Amino acid sequence: MRTIYFDNNATTQVAREVLEEMLPYFHDLYGNPSSMHSFGGQVQDKIQEGREKVALLLGAHPDEIVFTSCGTESDNAAVRGALEMVPEKRHFVTTRVEHPAIWNLCPYLRKKGYRVTELSVDRKGRLDMDEVRASVTEDTAIVSVMMANNETGVLFPVEEIARIARSRGITFHTDAVQAPGKIPLDMSRSAIDLLSLSGHKLHAPKGIGVLYVRKGTRWSPFLIGGHQEQGRRGGTENVPSIIGLGKAAELALKHLGEETTKIRSLRDRLEKGLLDRVPSTLINGDPDHRLPNTCSLSFEYVEGESILMMLNDHGICASSGSACTSGSLEPSHVLRAMGVPFTAAHGSIRFSLSISNTQEEVDYVIEHLPPIIERLRGISPFWKDFKEGKRISLGGRA
Amino acid sequence: MWDYTEKVMDHFRNPRNVGEVEEPDGVGEVGSLACGDALRLTFKLDDQARIRDARFKTFGCASAIASSSALTEMVKGLTLDEASIITNQDIAKYLGDLPEEKMHCSVMGKEALDAAIAYYRGKSVEVEPSDIVCKCFGITGKEIDRIARENNLAALEQVTHYTKAGGGCRTCHPEIQRILDRILEDRREPAAAAPAPAGRRLTNIQKMKLIEETLEKQIRPNLKKDGGDIDLIDIDGNKVYVGFRGLCSFCPSSEFTLKNYVEKTLKEFVTNEIEVEEVTP
Repeated sequence: MRTIYFDNNATTQVAREVLEEMLPYFHDLYGNPSSMHSFGGQVQDKIQEGREKVALLLGAHPDEIVFTSCGTESDNAAVRGALEMVPEKRHFVTTRVEHPAIWNLCPYLRKKGYRVTELSVDRKGRLDMDEVRASVTEDTAIVSVMMANNETGVLFPVEEIARIARSRGITFHTDAVQAPGKIPLDMSRSAIDLLSLSGHKLHAPKGIGVLYVRKGTRWSPFLIGGHQEQGRRGGTENVPSIIGLGKAAELALKHLGEETTKIRSLRDRLEKGLLDRVPSTLINGDPDHRLPNTCSLSFEYVEGESILMMLNDHGICASSGSACTSGSLEPSHVLRAMGVPFTAAHGSIRFSLSISNTQEEVDYVIEHLPPIIERLRGISPFWKDFKEGKRISLGGRA
Repeated sequence: MWDYTEKVMDHFRNPRNVGEVEEPDGVGEVGSLACGDALRLTFKLDDQARIRDARFKTFGCASAIASSSALTEMVKGLTLDEASIITNQDIAKYLGDLPEEKMHCSVMGKEALDAAIAYYRGKSVEVEPSDIVCKCFGITGKEIDRIARENNLAALEQVTHYTKAGGGCRTCHPEIQRILDRILEDRREPAAAAPAPAGRRLTNIQKMKLIEETLEKQIRPNLKKDGGDIDLIDIDGNKVYVGFRGLCSFCPSSEFTLKNYVEKTLKEFVTNEIEVEEVTP
């Protein structure tokens, strides 16, 4: 069966060019970049090349790039490394819709005695800038706000928030894992101090991440060890992946135009096609301020896992914020924070596109999804009640 | 991705008995939109008081739909007594098992069945708001206690997998733990009517007393609910002779009840060697 992959916010395919760039560094050129011989030294040069390419994508200086093992490590290193530098400050500001790599730091930091502010979002997933301004105090050590939400694609005004933080002398971090290659980034004109990336979201392999650390940022390393990454991240470098990520960064920059034109128009075609054909369908997140590749829809009165399983039977890969898909019992914290009604929260499906998707694939989904929703609504006890205008009990047990 | 059995996927892809029976004799509704799954079970009895048709409508994940579909297949042709002894494990077994995190789907099936039978019998399942332990999912202490005992649960996490209780804000975790502690305590000191441990040796007097007690406390009250009754006629070694009374004596399914309910219960609570025979007057 063919595979139609619309789950690129979960992970992406390693690009052919990226793979080819990496292959020699597994077997033939296996030297340690730290070695004092040219066999290792040539690897060091290649790592530096990768660093420069990533820096170019970010509009940063190569010295500001620290390679890590994943986005989660970058997030943890950023927040915990910044907190450590200002032990007298005991306040952390973030949002209620962060990725778990940041969000689950909240209970951890509370336990450590920190005061944590989780900024709220409105029904469209947007922050209230007055609340942001009011949240920072003398005691605030770091503000961390994601650049783009992984579930809804909603973009946050991180530049504006970074300037607010900077004016108060507070370090600002952004989890930008979903952003590179989808929206332009330029750290040279930015007030962001720390920024996290993940390789596998931009057609590089899993197991490689980046922490951008602006020169002059008060930050201390998270992983203590050797002198690698100028002593900012111990551990022998993941050589093939760093080289792959460099290539992927180069490609991302090259394809940025296509992302905002071709992919956006495919996403819009998909979204419109589904909204036109499936009644009682809601868009999750601010439609005017989102990533060009992401579409989160909620189909009322049906449950997300069932939709995914039936899409899977057609070879279509997507994801859901429903409770059942995660093994937890509540819908995603992002949808809950947005106040998505219960009629819709369990039936959310996220489609996230990439450069390799085609219009034919979009049309295939538009053809196959509406009958699935109709079928599941035929099984759902609530759909008929809703159609007949009966009151539907939402809370508690019947 | 969940490791669903072929049978679960078959019942999900091709659900049996979707819909609602017309003029139902029993209606059971459990769950809610907020909880993320809900089931409406309806059934119609034939003139022999057997379930002629059972249908379901379910909002939920693949295993919720499969459990509902399985349930409707399992109850067809049964009397309400026979149906009422179906457990959530039976539903899971019918499907070739469910992932533990999804066991609450089988529990939802069992609860809908109980509610539908109670509806037919004119009883409503009342919930005292004060007894609700898990406010996120509206689960009472009694439900947690019963399901934990029936499924032999020992850990808080399992309680959440089976009942959903504690799966939301988690503030009820200490209360659930207290319920579990009580159950674990009871398991250590088996009461008189506790299930028989394997290989237990009983003296004749002990065995007779236990048989009488189990008939009196466990079996008779259930038969009386349907207007039936049972008398103990004699005990010879492990053979127990009984006579059905009331409606049971004309019931065409009394043989099923004898083996699948009376004997099964005595085996469980007295000793596994028990055999029950009916003495007709």
